[in-house]
Amino acid sequence: MNAMYEKNIDLEATELRLGLPGTSKKEITSRSKKRPLDESTEGSSSNNDDRLECSAPPPSKAQIVGWPPIRSYRKNSLHQKKEEAEAKAGVYVKVSMDGAPYLRKMDLNIYEGYQQLLEALENMFKITIGKYSEREGYKGSEYAPTYEDKDGDWMLVGDVPWEMFIPSCKRLRIMKGSEARGLTCGL
Amino acid sequence: MRALPELMDPKRARESPESAVLSRPSAFPDEVLERILSLLDTHKDRSSASLVSKAWYHAERWSRARVFIGNCYSVSAEILVRRFPNIRSVTLKGKPRFSDFNLVPQNWGADIHSWLLVFAEHYPSLEELRLKRMTVTDQSLEFLALKFPNFKSLSLLSCDGFSTDGLSAIATHCRNLTELDIQENGIDDISGNWLNCFPDNFTSLEVLNFASLNSEVNFDSLERLVTRCNLLRILKVNKTITLDQLQRLLVRAPWLTELGTGSFIQELTPRQYADLETSFKGCRNLQTLSGLSEATALYLPALYPACANLTFLNLSYAALQSEELARLLAYCAHLRRLWVLDTVEDKGLEAVGQNCPLLEELRVFPSDPFDEEIVHGVTELGFLAVSYGCRKLRYVLYFCRQMTNAAVATIVRNCPDFTHFRLCIMNPGQPDYLTREPMDEAFGAVVKNCPKLQRLAVSGLLTDLTFEYIGTFAKNLETLSVAFAGSSDLGMQCVLEGCPKLRKLEIRDCPFGNKALLSGLEKYESMRSLWMSACKITMNGCRLLARKMPRLNVEVMKDEESNDGQSYKVYVYRSVAGPRRDAPPFVLTL
Repeated sequence: MNAMYEKNIDLEATELRLGLPGTSKKEITSRSKKRPLDESTEGSSSNNDDRLECSAPPPSKAQIVGWPPIRSYRKNSLHQKKEEAEAKAGVYVKVSMDGAPYLRKMDLNIYEGYQQLLEALENMFKITIGKYSEREGYKGSEYAPTYEDKDGDWMLVGDVPWEMFIPSCKRLRIMKGSEARGLTCGL
Repeated sequence: MRALPELMDPKRARESPESAVLSRPSAFPDEVLERILSLLDTHKDRSSASLVSKAWYHAERWSRARVFIGNCYSVSAEILVRRFPNIRSVTLKGKPRFSDFNLVPQNWGADIHSWLLVFAEHYPSLEELRLKRMTVTDQSLEFLALKFPNFKSLSLLSCDGFSTDGLSAIATHCRNLTELDIQENGIDDISGNWLNCFPDNFTSLEVLNFASLNSEVNFDSLERLVTRCNLLRILKVNKTITLDQLQRLLVRAPWLTELGTGSFIQELTPRQYADLETSFKGCRNLQTLSGLSEATALYLPALYPACANLTFLNLSYAALQSEELARLLAYCAHLRRLWVLDTVEDKGLEAVGQNCPLLEELRVFPSDPFDEEIVHGVTELGFLAVSYGCRKLRYVLYFCRQMTNAAVATIVRNCPDFTHFRLCIMNPGQPDYLTREPMDEAFGAVVKNCPKLQRLAVSGLLTDLTFEYIGTFAKNLETLSVAFAGSSDLGMQCVLEGCPKLRKLEIRDCPFGNKALLSGLEKYESMRSLWMSACKITMNGCRLLARKMPRLNVEVMKDEESNDGQSYKVYVYRSVAGPRRDAPPFVLTL
């Protein structure tokens, strides 16, 4: 019973797809396949629909080797430019400290690593944060620098490599007091 | 004695006036004939002269000083030196052009070294070497520097295989160097130390172009070099040279005719800016300006006083916006050639049309060619705007994301003098975006309206009709580039049968098969080369071609990128040197 039901349904008719009306994946032949002789002489007399149907949807540009035709040197310098632009763009995040009356903002891009970032935080808020250790976090300090990551979780600053930290950090929060000590005691 | 096919042009010889006047053996002594012929300088003229008679052939070959070889495998170094004993300047082109776009594997060939070995023996006085798409190693550069004491001029464009160490050898040993032109090569950029290798008593440099090298050079060395080389007329520095360093260089060499700036961005004090402006004011002879990477609206005005005589402005590495370009162009009324990035958008091109009535060449490069979500760049409107204002346009290279048949038809009506028309609609197989029709009529209009067309690159959705038009109307066409186009073998056949002056045909990703390939048999002997990749050619078709035309080299490579494992890359070219002996294992010569 089910099999018969399936046979009668034209699932394709109800399928949502991007494309011009009247075209379907099955009808579109690959650009590179030869067409039978009679079609090849039609040339100018075939109508628009025929021409469109006979062209394959082109593969996305990213997949085509050597297209668009741009010399490697130019391609590489464009790529370099993009990277430089992204690096310069500035990654500004809000920084809050427990007990402080207002928030600050800083550009993470200007620092080369955690050490510089922590020094900057210490200067900004006139505090001492202490040294990071994997086992014990920021032991011996009243403060623990944390950040909210892309998933919305609050993480301890320093656990992941710097390059991974920059794109995932949405905001910084310097925890203070017992909450901070709770973090550094380890689970 | 067989003349080099590259250098032969039988039609011209018959038409040349000399042959009509001198129908009997030359009455001139050889020395006089040689003296007269030495005044001929174009390759075509010399080729024609060499065909007039045996006396002329010998006089011409003894007096020839410069040779151009468009395909390094069409002839061998041995044949070359046997025919031309007194060459001072050699220009060689190596790999097929599609190697620029990664379609040719590494180690394909076109290595200069075997040529240098022969030149060392037969052309010890060699002065100039200009290479394009050749493999050049550091070892070769060192050999060149040591074995040719008169060596003066080195130009390397789109080459690979060497590092900045090779440049050190050139700088160290070439005492008479006048030109060092390093452009867009795939090289190992180790350090800028090569610049320090020019000896303190070295003063002959006239041309220095290291714009495409990335490593930092010692500025003091550069400044001293520029100071003591008072014949320097072309200087193109790289991005590591700052604005105030540039200013100091300009003060030393205000008579430059061509300047390539470094990165045009820096925090300048008002005093420094004033100095920069003054230095540019002092550059009264500037005809060509390039570089300007990262130039911004802030400092571009410092350039304005230097633009009065500018004929070539290369902004293709400067991401300018439309207003910045417009303001700059207001000072560039004499511009004949302009290269820009599509960041200037249609509005920027409108400014081109309004300010540059003498413009002959326009190239618009894409700033973001691989990002499919980008909606910026230029459209048919920009091109149209230029065509209305610049009626003398003859060379265009245009990367865009949309085009219409109607726009192209209008453009070529406005500018019928096109000799080079290279349109790249970046989405393969894209139709006219307004009518959804193929772009056949656009290119039909181009070939119908532009009788002087020598070079054509087509794109967009194209059927065989485009190629019928080309075969029917493009009677002066010499170079044709085709990608993702055509419907059947007929397309390629039309071109091969219809274009008498065709020299270079390069095709990729088209439905042309063996029938098309084999329709061109004798034609290929009158052409420099044919390239076909990701088409419907089979090995049998290639074998048949090779068998029928033994004087052609038919080289086949397996196409690594294709899915079916059946498609090949075929490179067919005429040669008097026979099959090449340096083919790597992945190149099969049939």
